[in-house]
Amino acid sequence: MMFLRLLFRNRLAAMGAIVLAIILILVLAIPILPLQDPDVIKTSDRFLKPFSDGHLLGTDHLGRDLLARLLHGTRLSLAVGIFAALIAATIGSAVGIVAGYFGGRIDNVIMRGIDMLMAFPYILLALAIVAALGPGLMNALIAVAAVNIPFFARNIRGITVGLAGREFIDAARLSGMGHGRIILTELLPNVLSTIVIAMSTTVGWMILETAGLSFLGLGSQPPQADLGSMLGEARSALITNPHTSIIPGIMIFLIVMSINLLGDGVRDALDPRLRSGALSRPRAKTIVDRKGEVPADDGKGLLNLQSLDTQFHVSNRVYRAVNDVSLFVNRGECLGIIGESGSGKSVTALSVMGLVASPPGVVTGGAVRYEGEDLLAAPYESLREKRGNKVAYIFQDPLSTLHPLYRVGDQLMEAIQVHHKVTDAEAKQRAIELLMSVRIPNAESRIRNYPHEMSGGMRQRVGIAMALANDPDVIIADEPTTALDVTVQAQILALLDDLRRERGLAIVFITHDFGVVAQLCDRVAVMYGGRIVEEGTTTDILDHPAHPYTKRLMDCVPELGGGKRALAAIPGLPPMVSDLPPGCAFAPRCDKATEACRKGEIALSGSETRAVRCIHPEEEIA
Amino acid sequence: MTPALKVENLAKTFGVGGGLFGRPAAGVRAVRPMSFEVATGETLGIVGESGCGKSTLARMLVGLLDPTEGSIEIEGRALDNADPAAFGRLIQYMFQDPVSSLNPRKTIKQIMEAPLKRLYGMGRTERDTRIDEIFDSVNLRSEFLDRYPHEFSGGQAQRIGVARALAAAPRIIILDEPVSALDVSVQAQVLNLLRDLKTEFNLTYLFISHDLAVVEAVSDRIVVLYFGAVVEIGKAEEIFARPRHPYTKLLADSAPVVGRPLKAPEQKDSELPDPLNPPPGCAFATRCPRATEICREKEPMLEPHGGDQFAACFHPLE
Amino acid sequence: MGPYILKRLISAIPVLLGITVIVFLIMAMIPGDPATAILGSYATPENVEKLNRDLGLDKPLISRYFIWLGNMLTGDFGRSFSLNRPVLDEILERFNATLILAGTAFVICSFFGILAGVISAARQYGFADKAITFVVLIGISVPSFFLGMMMILLFSVNLRWLPVSGMYAIYGGGDLADLARHLVMPAVALAVVATGVIARLSRSAMLEVLRQDFIRTARAKGVREGRVLYGHALRAAMVSIIPVLGIQAGFVLSGSVFIEIVFQWPGVGRMLVDAILTRDLLLVQGGVVFVAACYVLFNICVDVAQSLLDPRIKT
Repeated sequence: MMFLRLLFRNRLAAMGAIVLAIILILVLAIPILPLQDPDVIKTSDRFLKPFSDGHLLGTDHLGRDLLARLLHGTRLSLAVGIFAALIAATIGSAVGIVAGYFGGRIDNVIMRGIDMLMAFPYILLALAIVAALGPGLMNALIAVAAVNIPFFARNIRGITVGLAGREFIDAARLSGMGHGRIILTELLPNVLSTIVIAMSTTVGWMILETAGLSFLGLGSQPPQADLGSMLGEARSALITNPHTSIIPGIMIFLIVMSINLLGDGVRDALDPRLRSGALSRPRAKTIVDRKGEVPADDGKGLLNLQSLDTQFHVSNRVYRAVNDVSLFVNRGECLGIIGESGSGKSVTALSVMGLVASPPGVVTGGAVRYEGEDLLAAPYESLREKRGNKVAYIFQDPLSTLHPLYRVGDQLMEAIQVHHKVTDAEAKQRAIELLMSVRIPNAESRIRNYPHEMSGGMRQRVGIAMALANDPDVIIADEPTTALDVTVQAQILALLDDLRRERGLAIVFITHDFGVVAQLCDRVAVMYGGRIVEEGTTTDILDHPAHPYTKRLMDCVPELGGGKRALAAIPGLPPMVSDLPPGCAFAPRCDKATEACRKGEIALSGSETRAVRCIHPEEEIA
Repeated sequence: MTPALKVENLAKTFGVGGGLFGRPAAGVRAVRPMSFEVATGETLGIVGESGCGKSTLARMLVGLLDPTEGSIEIEGRALDNADPAAFGRLIQYMFQDPVSSLNPRKTIKQIMEAPLKRLYGMGRTERDTRIDEIFDSVNLRSEFLDRYPHEFSGGQAQRIGVARALAAAPRIIILDEPVSALDVSVQAQVLNLLRDLKTEFNLTYLFISHDLAVVEAVSDRIVVLYFGAVVEIGKAEEIFARPRHPYTKLLADSAPVVGRPLKAPEQKDSELPDPLNPPPGCAFATRCPRATEICREKEPMLEPHGGDQFAACFHPLE
Repeated sequence: MGPYILKRLISAIPVLLGITVIVFLIMAMIPGDPATAILGSYATPENVEKLNRDLGLDKPLISRYFIWLGNMLTGDFGRSFSLNRPVLDEILERFNATLILAGTAFVICSFFGILAGVISAARQYGFADKAITFVVLIGISVPSFFLGMMMILLFSVNLRWLPVSGMYAIYGGGDLADLARHLVMPAVALAVVATGVIARLSRSAMLEVLRQDFIRTARAKGVREGRVLYGHALRAAMVSIIPVLGIQAGFVLSGSVFIEIVFQWPGVGRMLVDAILTRDLLLVQGGVVFVAACYVLFNICVDVAQSLLDPRIKT
């Protein structure tokens, strides 16, 4: 039901479905429609124009009624095309699943065979098969089904390989299931939607292919006619009596187009990625749609976030990822933002330079001030000039954040050259210096490496070098060491700390790790459910956490050197930012919560440097 | 007493290259021959960084991968690779990614039933009672049974994973990074649950993780892996406090600890050796501040260094 | 680069052999006496006997295959009975014409397909995107042979702009301009479907890439949006577009069969259809193997282009 509703919300798909339904009804109603015999020849009536007496669509070169022939031909074309699609889908999918599931040598042998078949332009294979079996509709059907098997086999194998590597297949094996059962009950239900998508997008194509073979005279043989052979027979009279060609041609076009529209609709409705609108192109700059007043500049810090609100609008749900967040950072200072996944820490960071993917992200309120200028109000060009030049980013996973097809040297040079007019030679020299400054050995040769040729730690050094390229004032580091091994993490953190002291950088450091915060940051803000729940100097927060969440979160984290022990746990789950409870977001999990915690806004109270959003803090803040 | 799990000279080499029918051109030794024992009721922690072979080891232990050499014994009996059900009744596996380990197209009930049906051939009513019992012990409500995996959060899905492993009534559970995909506040819930279940069902755990602090908190003994080989084994409370192997020390020094000043620990090179072309001798020698000539020539053996601690090093720390 | 090309060429050998095996096996499916079947209406006793001798048709399947393969490797594709000339001579002459037609269509569909896809992605949900999507939808639904016929009606019969059919440049001594006038309609009709497919795939490849983390990195560096789209994104998208070009080349080659019939173009496709209808099976066999082999070589070029673009492909 859900599927049908999604399908018909797509207006084009609905249109395709209607056209196809009309054609199908006409075709199925052939036995009860008052049609003439499609094969009765009456040469005296040849080439009657449409709307002639007794022949609604006219007659062909042998005086046969075109309407009757059209409907019979349509029925034949549809039946053959659909049947061929079913055969190709069944055989191809079976082959694909077997190859993908078993992998190894079986896969290798099967896929080499499939590759051989794909080495033919499809018509050659079809022609060879028809040549061997002789012209005829049945043989054309076999040929069309055969040439489409590789398409299904490849497609389904690809999906199966991905699924077979998933852990639930291993789990099924450990549950004692055999291969056959795993294929039928674990794999098949998961590939079925792909098979349906592949079929719905190719059945139109297969109808075209069979029509094509018939057009060449290799498919249906006279007097039987499908749409293709009708068109083929009419071709010699194209110039004198075009209607005999146009009528079957338009019918093929209508069938194929309605199937394609419907097929696209099916694909979109079945593909969960498309459903959430995830295939939208993110814009160059996050959409800013501020309701209410822009806060006045209060002159804090070098970079100053004031009551920032960033939301994600997905269909009719609103995810309040960042909710009234105010932060600032001074030159030479390191500010940590700590929180769990979904707390809004990364979105806060990305909002600064308009890098939140948009759609669906929208900045709905507040201000981001760099040296007093509101970046949210800045035109794109002015924002772009500051990106990487004044405020630079280091991202989490250096493999996916570096462009895979450019050499790291070129990526560094580009970072320099978008902001400074320097020659290539100078830029290259500067790139080498940058790599040396992040302690990459053999920098001269390393600039010629592609990202995939480097280790994770080296790639992240490149990421840092790129952030340093234009001597920015602020660096925003979004979990820069989370993807790295612990020994490499220690090196990267030490490097960042040195750089900040040497260059007087302001760093905003986003992490979920208290150990990292403790070692690197001067001040910390703790986020929960899109809000800051506590902020203060690192020592204050670590030694005297005031918010129950901060305190209990720290208790959850085992620290090295404690030996075997029970860990304190927080019951329940972090809240969904699409469905925040009124009052304190932590109240449902908090053992100190009272009625007052569950209603109204709870303000962040305290001083500029030490504040907590709690009615019952663990200890009073100074 | 016979150990719950005994591994002897277990090793895995993956073929690389080679054509359709040809022999592989080269081999990557993902796990070098290693031997260790796990006592009944013990939790053995296994730590190592990416590429150390910890997942390969785990998959061999549950029969998802065939070892190239060596043997696995559970409670004194050698495991027969031919019968997956025999494996499944003795040893189970809990996966890292809670979402990917549950089939998205099956209800939780169907997922839970599979091991009971396939491994024990239980009838419907028997299965239902058993599932209820297990769900009770992992604190899951039985109304979850009719739902699909995507309706659950990571922590809940991981509980379902535990429940499925328990359904096979195994003697040993391999926990492969069971909490690293979870948020910190949820991590502790799952770790504590695992600890309680161990007592309740008298289980033996192999706990694999890259997070030293987590491993230390849950394990009795810890094995440190580097580049496919065991470099050190010792008691959990000792091994990071008094490491003998320089790599263990590097790990311990690298872990971020509140109150410890930020300083990159001493090491020469941050790269692992090329697995296709491993150097002779100790694999850690290139990064090791204590390495000498002998380290680059001979592979060190695991030797006792006081009490229960073993390290594979020519120049162990005191 | 050299070693990679060499490696790809060597790996093409089994594929080429596989092609001959498949074609041979398909032809072996012909029921009854193979020689009589191959000769069809030309099966006079002398011809049958000659063919049996030439091809060793009385021998077992495997030795027959190797005799056939050996003959082909020495350039002997057999003799066409319907045309009474060596098969290879006929193919080479015809293939020239097909190459001109399909090559032109391939250039058209690659250029306009990628262009339309990229514009469509860059202006997602805008007017250009909607217009392109609509045109593409019609393009991929219309049979090329029907489109060709309609173009003849419109441009040749009604508007009298272009010649109805044929290609005289090579055989009739026409010049380049004459060739171009004859080429426009068939090449465009042939390119339409492939253009649509390429446009669709380019659009989705671009949209896929634009959501990648490295695009965000480029923007975070301050790279201009034009360069983000047409540099960073397009380059990465080409990695998935190029293989599609290779596949579409096969479809263009396939479609040329229909277009050659509609426009009386003297290419291989028409030759094959005629050969099937006259049951001149040696000509079919030779033509299929020859064109498939050319397509394999073309795909090697595609792979080499891909490896030039993507350093992750091991050389």
